[in-house]
Amino acid sequence: MRGAAATLRHELIGLSGVLERNANLVKRYAWWELAFFVWSLANTLTIVFIAKGIDAAGGKIDVDRATTTLLIGAVIWSYLGVLFEILTETVAWERWEGTIEYTFMAPLARPIHLIGMGLFAVVYGVIRTSVLFAVIAGFFSLSLGGANFAAALVVLAVASVSFIGIGMMTAVLPLISPEKGMQMGFITQGILLVISGVYYPVSVLPDWMQWLSTISPATYALRGIRHAILDGAGIDTLWGDIWPLIVIGFLAIPLGLYIFAVGERHAKRHGKLKRSG
Amino acid sequence: MTAVEVHNLRKEFFRRDAERSGLRKRRRRVPALEDVTFSIARGECVAILGQNGSGKSTLVRLLSTLLLHDGGSAHVFGHDVFKEQREVQRLVNRVSVEASFFKKMSSEENLSYAARFYGMSGAETRERIPVILERVGFPTRRRHEAMEHLSRGMQQKVSLARALLTSPVLLLLDEPTTGLDPRSKLEVQNFIREVWASHDATILLCTHDLAEAEILADRVGILDRGRLLCLEPVGELKDRFKAETLEEAFFAATGREFELENDDQDAERGVFA
Repeated sequence: MRGAAATLRHELIGLSGVLERNANLVKRYAWWELAFFVWSLANTLTIVFIAKGIDAAGGKIDVDRATTTLLIGAVIWSYLGVLFEILTETVAWERWEGTIEYTFMAPLARPIHLIGMGLFAVVYGVIRTSVLFAVIAGFFSLSLGGANFAAALVVLAVASVSFIGIGMMTAVLPLISPEKGMQMGFITQGILLVISGVYYPVSVLPDWMQWLSTISPATYALRGIRHAILDGAGIDTLWGDIWPLIVIGFLAIPLGLYIFAVGERHAKRHGKLKRSG
Repeated sequence: MTAVEVHNLRKEFFRRDAERSGLRKRRRRVPALEDVTFSIARGECVAILGQNGSGKSTLVRLLSTLLLHDGGSAHVFGHDVFKEQREVQRLVNRVSVEASFFKKMSSEENLSYAARFYGMSGAETRERIPVILERVGFPTRRRHEAMEHLSRGMQQKVSLARALLTSPVLLLLDEPTTGLDPRSKLEVQNFIREVWASHDATILLCTHDLAEAEILADRVGILDRGRLLCLEPVGELKDRFKAETLEEAFFAATGREFELENDDQDAERGVFA
């Protein structure tokens, strides 16, 4: 019992170290973070203006609803991007700085290490995404009085478990290929973008892509969050989107950990756990 | 208890040839370590000499749990390095030729990050970090500066501090003074001697600095193209090869001069080792 308590304490301290390090890096790269935020802002605006563009061209749409729909898609996409980037940096940044050997030879359970990265990614992502949403909503003077932001956050929190699991799978890529691994993570993001209805309903996709959308957590996250914000839906109404997220998360985390463990073993066998890979 | 027990340890890597077999380049095995056997007693300091590509870093990385072996065995204080990795990781720390840190973070932030992985709480690190930095001769008033603003010598001192902060019982030093100016080199060597004397640490020092090996180590081994040719006290090594200097003994043992990398085989090993 005492041994288990000591082990738990050790792992929690290690987890706090991961969180603290990431916070220190954000602080030290603060101007770059701001620049990246401005890029996200510009990118998101580009997409959200589409609704107004269609209206200006004579298309008949509910501009406010379409604008909010696009805004939700764009900020969730941005959130996903932050999550995957931070998780992929588990290896990539450590390799670039040369600290990968010290981190990977330390007595910290890899699941704790990855969960720590995931937790930080979620907290940082939620803060960043919320600010992005608020700024852009202000840009368009959107009326969101009926929105159920609490329910939207619950959906996002549950979806984040799946996103972390998928992120763990992409985090292994820089272990396998030091040169191209990080870029390969973008492929995962890209696929999720296409099949999950980020900017359009999944019903417009071909049948085989609609099937793929049923196994993407982003599909349910987007649908649930839109329903909460646009229609003020509560948790009970959103259960149809929440339970698939729970199931996918239940599968994604162990699968992500397993894939990372296989990748780490491969890296140790082939001498890739070093700066130059 | 024996601190380190290595028996017939083997490690090889695959390299793709320019020659093709069908659509794919042929792969061939490049042995980095071949049947290496030695032991280190608790409290002993052993130096392993070898040229670039001899397998020194491969040996250190195997014992640090960063590599998986292809044969043989290795134990650290009775724990199997490959099957009991967590137990070994708690006992071991290392200093390598590159003082690898998050460049934008300060020495204190880097040390805090490292220490947390070994179970040291925030309060403990805040208390211990200034003490250990002072011990390695690092001016504590600079502990909030980004690492990129520190000299190579200063960074290596922080690297030593990082290794010692966790009170390792086995310290793996992989060319810790390579690239340092003479004064920094001497400071680091003196510090290693002090740590060894006062800390009850067992030290494995991998180096291609002959003088350093002679000054610091109880026994000196010669690693050549992945094979451990000998491991004995310097005096006995010289007697065995009828040499007046360690360099002569190295030449006699390997049949080559210390500085030369004679052929592609050595250069190729450098990629992996």
